[in-house]
Amino acid sequence: MEENKLTTGKVSGIIANLVIVEFDGPVSQNEICFINLAGVRLMAEVIKVLGNKAYTQVFESTRGLKVGETVEFMGHMLEVTLGPGILSKNFDGLQNDLDTMVGTFLKRGEYTPAIDVDKAWEFTPIAKTGDVVIAGDWIGEVKENWIGHKIMVPFKFEGKFTVKSVKPAGNYKASETIAVLTTADGSDVNVTMVQKWPVKVPIKAYTEKPRPFRLMETGVRIIDTMNPIVEGGTGFIPGPFGSGKTVLQHALSKQAEADMIIVAACGERANEVVEIFTEFPELDDPRTGRKLMERTTIIANTSNMPVAAREASVYTAMTIGEYYRSMGLRVLLLADSTSRWAQALREMSNRMEELPGPDAFPMDLPAIISSFYARAGYVFLNNGSTGSITFIGTVSPAGGNLKEPVTESTKKAARCFFALSQQRADSKRYPAVDPIDSYSKYLEYPELQEYLAKNISPGWLDNVLETKNILLRGKESYEQINILGDDGVPIDYHLRYWKSEVIDFVILQQDAFDKTDASSPIKRQKIMLEKVLDVCRSDFNFDNFEEVNPYFKRIINVFKQMNYSLFESEDFKTYEAELEVIIKERKAA
Amino acid sequence: METQAFKKIYTKITQITKATCSLQASGIGYEEMATVNGRLAQVVKIQGDNITLQIFSGTEGIPTNAEVIFLGRPPVLKVSDELAGRFFNAYGEPIDGGPEVEGEVREIGGPSVNPVRRKQPSELIATGIAGIDLNNTLVTGQKIPFFADPDQPYNQVMAMVALRAKADKIILGGMGLTNDDYLYYKNVFDNAGALDRIISFVNTTENPPVERLLVPDMALTAAEYFAFDKKQKVLVLLTDMTLYADALSIVSNRMDQIPSKDSMPGSLYSDLAKIYEKAVQFPEGGSITIIAVTTLSGGDITHAIPDNTGYITEGQLFLRRDSDIGKVIVDPFRSLSRLKQLVIGKQTRGDHPQVMNAAVRLYADAANAKTKLENGFDLTDYDMRTMSFAKEYSHDLLAIDVNIDTTMMLDKAWELLGKNFSKAEVGIKQEFMDQYWPS
Ligand SMILES: Nc1ncnc2c1ncn2[C@@H]1O[C@H](COP(=O)(O)OP(=O)(O)OP(=O)(O)O)[C@@H](O)[C@H]1O
Ligand SMILES: [Mg+2]
Repeated sequence: MEENKLTTGKVSGIIANLVIVEFDGPVSQNEICFINLAGVRLMAEVIKVLGNKAYTQVFESTRGLKVGETVEFMGHMLEVTLGPGILSKNFDGLQNDLDTMVGTFLKRGEYTPAIDVDKAWEFTPIAKTGDVVIAGDWIGEVKENWIGHKIMVPFKFEGKFTVKSVKPAGNYKASETIAVLTTADGSDVNVTMVQKWPVKVPIKAYTEKPRPFRLMETGVRIIDTMNPIVEGGTGFIPGPFGSGKTVLQHALSKQAEADMIIVAACGERANEVVEIFTEFPELDDPRTGRKLMERTTIIANTSNMPVAAREASVYTAMTIGEYYRSMGLRVLLLADSTSRWAQALREMSNRMEELPGPDAFPMDLPAIISSFYARAGYVFLNNGSTGSITFIGTVSPAGGNLKEPVTESTKKAARCFFALSQQRADSKRYPAVDPIDSYSKYLEYPELQEYLAKNISPGWLDNVLETKNILLRGKESYEQINILGDDGVPIDYHLRYWKSEVIDFVILQQDAFDKTDASSPIKRQKIMLEKVLDVCRSDFNFDNFEEVNPYFKRIINVFKQMNYSLFESEDFKTYEAELEVIIKERKAA
Repeated sequence: METQAFKKIYTKITQITKATCSLQASGIGYEEMATVNGRLAQVVKIQGDNITLQIFSGTEGIPTNAEVIFLGRPPVLKVSDELAGRFFNAYGEPIDGGPEVEGEVREIGGPSVNPVRRKQPSELIATGIAGIDLNNTLVTGQKIPFFADPDQPYNQVMAMVALRAKADKIILGGMGLTNDDYLYYKNVFDNAGALDRIISFVNTTENPPVERLLVPDMALTAAEYFAFDKKQKVLVLLTDMTLYADALSIVSNRMDQIPSKDSMPGSLYSDLAKIYEKAVQFPEGGSITIIAVTTLSGGDITHAIPDNTGYITEGQLFLRRDSDIGKVIVDPFRSLSRLKQLVIGKQTRGDHPQVMNAAVRLYADAANAKTKLENGFDLTDYDMRTMSFAKEYSHDLLAIDVNIDTTMMLDKAWELLGKNFSKAEVGIKQEFMDQYWPS
């Protein structure tokens, strides 16, 4: 890459964090620049160019900025640094390491390196001299926590290269040259463990992006059983405030079957991030026995941090995810809340006096959201291995009303819809995922259906669909009972309603704060669903409707005790036996 | 007031709108303060040498040749221990007849705390009100509003909570407070002998509305001084945040910004979050807890102001007049303290979470029974018992005039449960049943 003289400019206008800069050379859209404010350098991004004026959004407060201050353009877009040392880190939205910042309060213009390039890593070569490689190919590996972190041919490298040399196994600093590659025209390029990549550009170092097909276990029954998400799939969680979006995402981040978790706290509460900082270093990852923090990276751009950086934060998170996916890992990316990102776009678009779309959001919001979700997915890498990014975002609809631009745009982009209902949250039926409105499009994928039949049971899908049907019929019966009165309907209506309540209490509801119930492996989910369906499929004898409620409450209670007991423990079996007895009491021959 | 030496004076205003004026000037910093014929103003837009100033008290009567003096600094507050016991206006000027406060000059609306330098809130705040302590326990470092109708006694409840909270400092940020309410606070704090712990920044209905925009930042700058520098437990009361948001919309409308929902500015979420997120628990012991009021219109919580607030705060408290007992209660259904999990059953008795849930569940059953009754259906014996329980629960625990400690609240709850229900109907863990079920 040739080194041009960098463009410079001068501040000519300021409206909050929109700063207009008059420049003297070439400037590109989304180019990063630094604005000088009495010796402090404020980072900004070009978002519009008009004649010799660049409209930039500053990632910091512009208080005190004056017209005439100097600006340096950097010749590149907003980039992240990729290399070993990203795991377990707490970054802000621009990938500054929050832990190495000085002081209690964030300081304007303080940018800390994302990774420590002087740290040495135990390197094992993978590529050999003479190999022909392209961007994303694995040159070697270092151990990062428990992950085999692949050192790759930098994604920016275009074309084919021949490996000239690779360092033998040993300890090397991240910044050291660990391989030399030769380009087609014979020149040599050095490769270190560290590379950079612009966050708004998807990393495409893969050969194919097939339809995803593998169930991603989350331990949450209302997801795995009822509305499954797949490795490389997309989903979103809309819900009014307090309905449980964050609690559900935290549960996913603790339990999901993934190699790496990226949590992007995008414009939400700092205390919720503190909860992760505090708990994850203590909590065990049940799959590896390591601490949860070891597989987690946090991007914290909380609501009081600069708005423009909030917009960047989701891209930073996605790019880090793509980097790890290219190593053949299963990445789960969680963003809370994508509405705050959309609002950041709105604030900027308003300041630029653009023609507004619905609810004053920018016109191209649907396109922005859909191209972001499109970066997730399951991929085949150049060497045939696979990797995935599963993306689940929350949406915070204004007034809890799902007919608003962010929810509607996201619904078009994401394949799973986990709608949280105010009513269920109010009645403490957690997780408050609405069982009727929510869906997983993946259930319709033959690829997943095949996978479920093979890995859970041949009749699994039918069971799930039957369960959904019982819930729907239960809801209808409940409405009838409410209109006609308890004794105004046949006993059958009560039975139908209470059977759906069994499903609700035993399968749908799950205590996120109980050690045992919080996470349920798929094997356990299968057995519980079959047991519940057994009850639902049975006929029971009742003389009058008043007997129905107490009887089913007993059934639910024993089922719940089973949920709270360790799977197949003594307690579990005792309750199982007790359940049999209760069922026999009234089961029709 | 400000020293005005060395300052260039401008006298040629080129544009005047309801809230702003513009003029040609150079070397001006963004958000810098200025005076326009003595009225305080702030730079909100710079385009070349065209500067737009927002005049806090409005532009009525401002002439084109008004005298504009730039102060070369953003809005500031002088902080020191002298703040304690004092009453200020929105600009931080004394209104109690006392002298100017001497101290370190701090910019208001300063930077936020690095999230990794925060501590997880963990210290319970006891208020004596069971609707809060029992069902919606508050924790230091929390931010929580009352969602209240304008005619509800939220100011009284806030004053009560503040006095009982054992805070080192109570900082009152009054926005659009009626003069009567302002004097009410002053009297209550005075009578409680608490004046030396109180600091007030007040904008009353008699002051121009746009001035309110400074109040939360003033209050929180003082709060940060005591919580961070002095490691004290600080409680900040912000009333009424709806009037604050209204002032935001006035300004943004007058600056021709495109409004989003309910004519509020598109940045409402960020604007409110910047204030509420100042609530913090520092590892060194100091903390800022924010209790706010968001008045509702017609009880509508989907309006942009309560809605955005709900997305920012850690729960909300609802007051409701319970017609069965003729008293105001803290509504157990819609109220929620999201941080209560961090302290209940840990800093309070072990049975707290279970008793709380059981009582609220039975209270909900009573509400269902009531609906049944209103719809003309027959009530079962269980229905009747839930209703009698609900009445006593409301009277003895939820009413805001009850003042007892958490252990007594729990004992009272057990008593009511035992009196109205069988053990099976209550459904609390066996170990607690054995220990606390009234014989
Ligand atoms: N699965 C659950 N089990 C028990 N309680 C829950 C569960 N989910 C949510 N809650 C309760 O609801 C409260 C709010 O949940 P949460 O913070 O996840 O809401 P949210 O949808 O993220 O709200 P916001 O949009 O305001 O961020 C929690 O503090 C907790 O008390
Ligand atoms: Mg949340």
